[in-house]
Amino acid sequence: MAIYSTNEFKSGLKVMLDSDPCAIIENEFVKPGKGQAFNRVKIRNLKTGRVIERTFKSGDSLEGADVVDVAMQYLYSDGEFRHFMVPDTFEQYQCDEKTVGDSSKWLKDQDSCTVTLWNDAPLSVTPTNFVELAIVETDPGVRGDTSGGGGKPATLETGAVVRVPLFVQQGEIIKVDTRTGEYISRVKE
Amino acid sequence: MSKNWEPTCNLEILHLRAQLLDKIRRFFSEKSVLEVETPLLSHSCGTDPQLDFFKTAFSFPPLEESLFLQTSPEFAMKRLLASGSGSIYQIAKAFRNGESGRLHNPEFTLLEWYRVDFTLTDLMDEIAELLTVLLKDYVDLSEPQRFSYQAIFQRYTGLNPLVFSYQDYCDYAQTKNIPEAITLCGDDHGLWLDFIFSHHIQPYLGQEALCMIYGYPACQSSLARINLFDSKITDRVEVFIKGIELGNGYYELTDAQEQSKRFDEEMAVRQQRNRPSSVKDWRLITAMEQGLPECSGMAIGLDRLLMILTGSVAINDVLSFSIDRA
Repeated sequence: MAIYSTNEFKSGLKVMLDSDPCAIIENEFVKPGKGQAFNRVKIRNLKTGRVIERTFKSGDSLEGADVVDVAMQYLYSDGEFRHFMVPDTFEQYQCDEKTVGDSSKWLKDQDSCTVTLWNDAPLSVTPTNFVELAIVETDPGVRGDTSGGGGKPATLETGAVVRVPLFVQQGEIIKVDTRTGEYISRVKE
Repeated sequence: MSKNWEPTCNLEILHLRAQLLDKIRRFFSEKSVLEVETPLLSHSCGTDPQLDFFKTAFSFPPLEESLFLQTSPEFAMKRLLASGSGSIYQIAKAFRNGESGRLHNPEFTLLEWYRVDFTLTDLMDEIAELLTVLLKDYVDLSEPQRFSYQAIFQRYTGLNPLVFSYQDYCDYAQTKNIPEAITLCGDDHGLWLDFIFSHHIQPYLGQEALCMIYGYPACQSSLARINLFDSKITDRVEVFIKGIELGNGYYELTDAQEQSKRFDEEMAVRQQRNRPSSVKDWRLITAMEQGLPECSGMAIGLDRLLMILTGSVAINDVLSFSIDRA
């Protein structure tokens, strides 16, 4: 794998740190006029999702991490593992629940998503920014309310719970932003 | 090739820069400090192990030699002082290789001035006076502050910067959640000070007022004089506003022998660290042998000053063309 020096630590670069694959978020060059030059780097640990700050001497280097994002289709869950497939090659990958993490609540069979692979093994799963899911349970709404103010909880077919406006009914399909978990709109079938 | 032909700063900044230069020139003219120009290209260069220089090739057949772009106009200005110029100032470009970032451009503008017979205290008075004039109408600051390096270091970290205790420094790194400092700095006291100061002290300095830090540890300076009463500190001052390092000044070393010794030590460090070797400035040493008058000197980064004046986040915002567009 390639070696990257602090000057090459651009946002998005994947490197190995403390034996974990990480992504560079921010890299600030810090140099006292008469002193040592440092790079103060914000890094996301791709295994844990945690963001840490780490300082390097300028010129130090890190090994690149073999991390790639691959568009896949979510197939099914067998109870223990969730299975994904690369549509072009039909190559399949399985992830345990821990790897899928919070993303699981947005995953519907056959939907597409992004699976991040580290050394060809799944590291994390990211749903598409917007998903369309059916409401399986919500309180009956109040007729005439179109404002969307207030709202009520609704349980979706994948198990996720989002707040929806009062006029949205059980059985309807809604569009949700998976990054914020917010209701966007109803979807007409 | 990228087609980014437009300036990186907006056009108002050009006007502001011109006004700034004008105010500086008026300030020094009223005090009868002479404006000078010295060469950007030189046969020799600084020895500071922390600075890298640009080397150029001078072709004048059959002559082929290396010339260096100055990292600061200090040496040439000191030769003028030794020749009897009296107090002088200069607004000049300086070049530092390998420095590029939010606060750094490898080519930048320095205001550098030397005051004959000024002590460090006199110099600090004048820095405060000048910066008050230049910042007035732009930044709301209270009365200038002065802290010794030791006092400010102790206040923010509880550590004594003048006496190195490996254990205390490691404990501090652990509690501050910067364990990498331990492997990175090891038993290098100067490196520890750079690390802690730049990460955990400097960002807080000068938030409300111009902040001057004086009395740097002896291991933190190459051209300042060792304090007469306390050999653990040097007569060096640094200026900070809004967490940004604006400049550095010394009660200048005048002892040619001591200067030559420090050059040699620094060149040895450069060799140890595999940095490009520098060429010792014999003309400066000779000038100092002739006699450098007692003086204090200060350098201020004008691009950073413009950043503070305009509340800019990055140095690129105040440069006509930053290095990527130069």
